[in-house]
Amino acid sequence: MALVEIRDVYKSFTRGAEKIDVFAGLTLDVEQGNFTALMGPSGSGKSTLLNLIAGLDKPTSGTVRVNGSEVSAMTPTQLAGWRSENVGFVFQSFNLLPVLTAFQNVELPLLLTRLSKKDRDERIKIALGVVGLDDRMDHYPRQLSGGQEQRVAIARAIVADPTLVLLDEPTGQLDAKSSQEVLSLLARLNDEFGKTILIVTHDPAAAKRAKRQLHLEKGTFVEQAELVP
Amino acid sequence: MKFWTLLRANLGRHKRRTFLTITSVALALFLFASLRSVITTIGAAAQFGSARRLVTTNSTGFILPLPVAYANRLEAVPGMEKVTWANWFGGQYGDGKRFFATFAVDAKSYLDIYPEMSVPADQKEAFLRDKGGALIGARLVDLFGWKVGQNVTLRGTIFPGDWIFTIRGVYTPTDPSINDDALMFHYDYLDERTGHKGNVGWYILEIDKPDNAAQIAKTIDDQFKSSPYPTKTGTEQAFNASFATMWGNIGLLMNTIGLAVVFAILLVTANAMMMSARERTRELAVLKTIGYSDRLLFGLVLAEAGLITITGAILGLGAAKLLYRATNFNAAGFLPGFDVSWATIATGGVIAMVLMLASGIVPAMQAARLPVVAALRNVE
Repeated sequence: MALVEIRDVYKSFTRGAEKIDVFAGLTLDVEQGNFTALMGPSGSGKSTLLNLIAGLDKPTSGTVRVNGSEVSAMTPTQLAGWRSENVGFVFQSFNLLPVLTAFQNVELPLLLTRLSKKDRDERIKIALGVVGLDDRMDHYPRQLSGGQEQRVAIARAIVADPTLVLLDEPTGQLDAKSSQEVLSLLARLNDEFGKTILIVTHDPAAAKRAKRQLHLEKGTFVEQAELVP
Repeated sequence: MKFWTLLRANLGRHKRRTFLTITSVALALFLFASLRSVITTIGAAAQFGSARRLVTTNSTGFILPLPVAYANRLEAVPGMEKVTWANWFGGQYGDGKRFFATFAVDAKSYLDIYPEMSVPADQKEAFLRDKGGALIGARLVDLFGWKVGQNVTLRGTIFPGDWIFTIRGVYTPTDPSINDDALMFHYDYLDERTGHKGNVGWYILEIDKPDNAAQIAKTIDDQFKSSPYPTKTGTEQAFNASFATMWGNIGLLMNTIGLAVVFAILLVTANAMMMSARERTRELAVLKTIGYSDRLLFGLVLAEAGLITITGAILGLGAAKLLYRATNFNAAGFLPGFDVSWATIATGGVIAMVLMLASGIVPAMQAARLPVVAALRNVE
């Protein structure tokens, strides 16, 4: 059974009087432990797909299952609890809370768990160690470079040990060097820690680091490539 | 509390705004407590008085005199235990900027009838012996640095001239409603210097039983009904309450001002909370993405409003309670026993809770209902 199962999903928006169909019967499987890159032009529905998988949005019809749970049928409260346990989300613009240190930002998902302060601290240190920022714990986002901010965001996404890590253009605001560092980190998370990763990107170089590439155009997959057998 | 760091960080985001909002709440509740305490103090003063004490004044008003010769006839009324009298003097000390009450009293009977005025025995004795002596409230010692044995000169406003008194004693009220910044001297001294006119301002009477008050008052007033100086007799509480009513409907005025201030601060606080939540739309959306539920975000935003209002309430109400007590405030003698009661503090606490809910509920609901995809789309 695939970790992510999308079956016959329709999604449409209304903009004024106009109805916009984003997906019309989309189907997709993402296997556990895969590193998938989702590419496509702007407006093709990449971010919408990511939002549907994360339970941030609901399909007009069809089902979205992640790790056996039907995300598309959950209530907002159930979704919040489910997200905190199953999904780590990384944004293009990092979205760290500027008033919190790197350590405190990474702690945010753990505040939703029953872990003790000692256990939380331990896990935060591990997560920041994995992303190579254990010497920047007490720095505020404004004291970090863009690449470091994104690594803190990745640490925040993995600290609660989610099943799935979703990244929306994670290298979109980074220079080439920082982009490579972040992509190497993602590959390591996938290879060493077995995290299932789904990344939305415009960058072909970023997509090449994935094991599987999907090209989305006008709500339909037009090309799939398995880069690693 | 796990979320304390997050709450504290959010409040520290705009330190000046948070400081000003807390200060506004503190000032509003300080003002509320002060205005409310004026009402409660006047109310307490109106309640003061022994149920066994009556006051007899001229029926036209207490500023018109009664003959001192009435004393013997009052003593003869059935049920009468003690009779004393007093006269408003209206003296000023120094530049006269600091007002305090001055009375000429029939010293021995006055102190007998008011056991609530505590005077050391030797000082009482010295005061009773010296016709030119004065008895002062403890506050005047603090105000002017007067000492027992010192001569003080008052300028008479009703009875012109310089009046020299030797301070013979200091009284301390055992009931907070008794003014502790008054000066009393011997009625005989006043009468002597004003040509033995034999006028007094009012009589204070102690009767045998409170139940007989109405009957005794009627007996007295009937007795003097046809005289050139008809009387009006009532309980001491009624007499004090009549002073309270002289303030007019001050309670309504104070309450209106107090609530207007609180309402104005409610708008300020609500505006600050809404600005704060609006500025953090992106962050709230991120928290929802991480897994923070609508209910949790509602609670966190409301808790921020709570921290602001509770801190403001502690500062404002605490300052009112401690400041007035530490300075022994009595509005220059107009509000003896002025104090911010615990009931007022409790009412202020309830107002703070209402303030918290009223200012925090809208931004808290906005945070809870934030459509996360739309919010993220706007910032990505």
